[in-house]
Amino acid sequence: MIEDFLAQDERKDMLRLLTAGSVDDGKSTLIGRLLFDSKQVYEDQLQALSQESRRGSCGGTDYALLCDGLKAEREQGITIDVAYRYFATAQRKFIIADTPGHEQYTRNMVTGGSTADLAIVLVDARQGITTQTRRHSHIIDMLGIEHIVLAINKMDSIGYSAEQFNSIAKQYTAWATEQGFSFASLKIVPISALCGDNVVNRSQSMPWYNGPTLLEILESTPICSSGVSAPFRMPVQYVIRPNQDFRGFAGRIASGTIRVGDKITVLPSGKSSQVAQIITGTIRSTYAFAPQSVTIVLDDQIDISRGDMIVRSEQHRPAMGQKISAIVVWMDEEPMDREKLYYLKQGTLTVRATVRAIPYLLDINTGNKLECNTLSLNQIAAVEILCSSPLVCDSYSDNKGTGAFIIIDPLTNFTSAAGIITGAEAESTTDGNSVINISLSRHGIAIQNMELLNSFCKIVESRTGVTINCTE
Amino acid sequence: MDYNLSHLRALEAESIEIIREVAAEFSSPVMLYSIGKDSSVMAHLAKKAFYPGRVPFPLMHIDSKWKFSEMIAFRDRFARENDWELIVEYNRTAYEQGVGPFTHGSKVHTELMKTRALLDALKRYGFDAAFGGARRDEEKSRAKERIFSFRNTQQQWEPKSQRPELWNIYNTRIRKGESIRVFPLSNWTEIDIWQYIRHENIPVVPLYFAAERSVVDIDGNLILVDDMRMPKHLRERAERRKVRFRTLGCYPLTGAIESNADTIEGIVEEMILATRSERTTRVIDFDREASMEQKKREGYF
Repeated sequence: MIEDFLAQDERKDMLRLLTAGSVDDGKSTLIGRLLFDSKQVYEDQLQALSQESRRGSCGGTDYALLCDGLKAEREQGITIDVAYRYFATAQRKFIIADTPGHEQYTRNMVTGGSTADLAIVLVDARQGITTQTRRHSHIIDMLGIEHIVLAINKMDSIGYSAEQFNSIAKQYTAWATEQGFSFASLKIVPISALCGDNVVNRSQSMPWYNGPTLLEILESTPICSSGVSAPFRMPVQYVIRPNQDFRGFAGRIASGTIRVGDKITVLPSGKSSQVAQIITGTIRSTYAFAPQSVTIVLDDQIDISRGDMIVRSEQHRPAMGQKISAIVVWMDEEPMDREKLYYLKQGTLTVRATVRAIPYLLDINTGNKLECNTLSLNQIAAVEILCSSPLVCDSYSDNKGTGAFIIIDPLTNFTSAAGIITGAEAESTTDGNSVINISLSRHGIAIQNMELLNSFCKIVESRTGVTINCTE
Repeated sequence: MDYNLSHLRALEAESIEIIREVAAEFSSPVMLYSIGKDSSVMAHLAKKAFYPGRVPFPLMHIDSKWKFSEMIAFRDRFARENDWELIVEYNRTAYEQGVGPFTHGSKVHTELMKTRALLDALKRYGFDAAFGGARRDEEKSRAKERIFSFRNTQQQWEPKSQRPELWNIYNTRIRKGESIRVFPLSNWTEIDIWQYIRHENIPVVPLYFAAERSVVDIDGNLILVDDMRMPKHLRERAERRKVRFRTLGCYPLTGAIESNADTIEGIVEEMILATRSERTTRVIDFDREASMEQKKREGYF
């Protein structure tokens, strides 16, 4: 019997989901309910809970405290960061990224959403669609999360009214259509997290609702397969070279599939070869696919190092260029500095980069485009970035694995921004705006590196036509 | 061709990517090895990550000098058979002063023999990245810790100003003296660990499996009589019971549970039926008198 369980458990797949909504929407209560009703809560945790919990109109325990993490958030009564929760059903394993919903926490939602296959947006039935609902929906669309579930919560407090539910659902659907969101699926479900209606167990109070419960939706949503159907991309992470006879290129397949014998091209060099061996773990495989971590051995001795990308020769090539168009979410308390030479990390490649232009700032509440000169915490904008050497990339909408990057502050090393690529260009134009000023002290570069920096700048200048001025 | 990845293989792929990223980006990484089941899995993943090459960093065990003797035997055999470079470090000063849980209480012991010993060792070797086997499902505060978790020059964690961690793009940049703790098993749950151990035939310390052992019931915690350092009045109360351990640490601080599970299948079965979380069998407070005194000094009664 236990063997059957283990055999079944082994075959389970894994869905990563994001929950968006504020404490007021009952988000922690919902997650607590999912954990409790799917029996992931232990007796000792329940004991700790029983004395502290609030009780709702239906007399149920509020499971919100199960999600309580750090002391600070407990004192403030709000979730301050991204927390990850784990639960499993007979069908599937789940990883929940639990993120706070207030505007000042946009960065946390983006963080939690970056790895999600599905997003639950909580709506308080008494409030209906709010500015916050719209903001969450825009972020989910931007991050390319395929599946969205609108959970209309607190149905108990509006007398389980079908009429009110339908009106909210209709309003949201109309708005989402108008925005042109590209979700693969949108499901709307009436729930009460506090009373347990339609979360795990079917509600007795809403006989008018015939659709699936929230958990049924989570269990049946197909897990993103676009990673496998996209062209093959593998950023080289590490070169394994135990002896003269073996040279393996290790990395995690960002997208697509590969077989022994396939013709490959290494970018940016453009050199080609054929796959001789594929190693997954300690065994040799005939094929591999995203998102496996593998080691690839080639037929020819060609020069490949970390930061290069292996692609399949006959497939659509990624873009290559130093000029990147992107949407960035600013995550740093320190506002964007247009003069700063940031680090940009995409895949396994880290380059230096400056923001050359900000075509527009996105009002995430309305979708409107505004003018702006700089970016501060939680703001989202379209930007033009110039990199010190070319990126090999795809647009994020085509390929999440090769279309995303982070920006790192060279002084504090903080992750200042998350970026999604919308386009890349190879040729650079000297348009008069292409001047970068580097102040060594400001960028945290020691004076003795001046000579090294100057020679580096010359290379950048010769390749891009950009003028770089270095000062102490 | 089958293009579906089971959850275990998905977790494995993620962990291997994390381990390789550290090897590529840091100049002096180390893998902290606690001899427990999670460490066994982590070390196994490291070998896979660099196969057929050698793992390019050492293992380090911080020996509190109060570990179960079976753990130490397992550790030495494990390192030898797997050709690991193993570093063993301990707090010499505190050890010579005879610090231990029975005499100094769990708090002082943990602080000196575990935390202090670890911080000193990391500093002495100048490691800039240290792998740990912690999982986010173990404890509430861990649920929020990043996979690449930044430590300042004092090696402290600041939960409120953690770097955002997006996609699988890890920020590995640090300044001199700062470091990163890396948790490749962040997304694994206890049951995943056992499933993987079973699937991959990974050896673990026999204490995880039920057997007849000499234990003393101390305030409801079953403590193994592992050596003669256990005070005589406690040792005299020892009785033979069939027990196993869900977690392993210092023997006076780690309670056993009564169990008949002597196979992985049995352990998983018990776990599914379990009503208590993993952590409740950990850390017993031997210094209650001391803390009462403390309370009194602070004005209690």
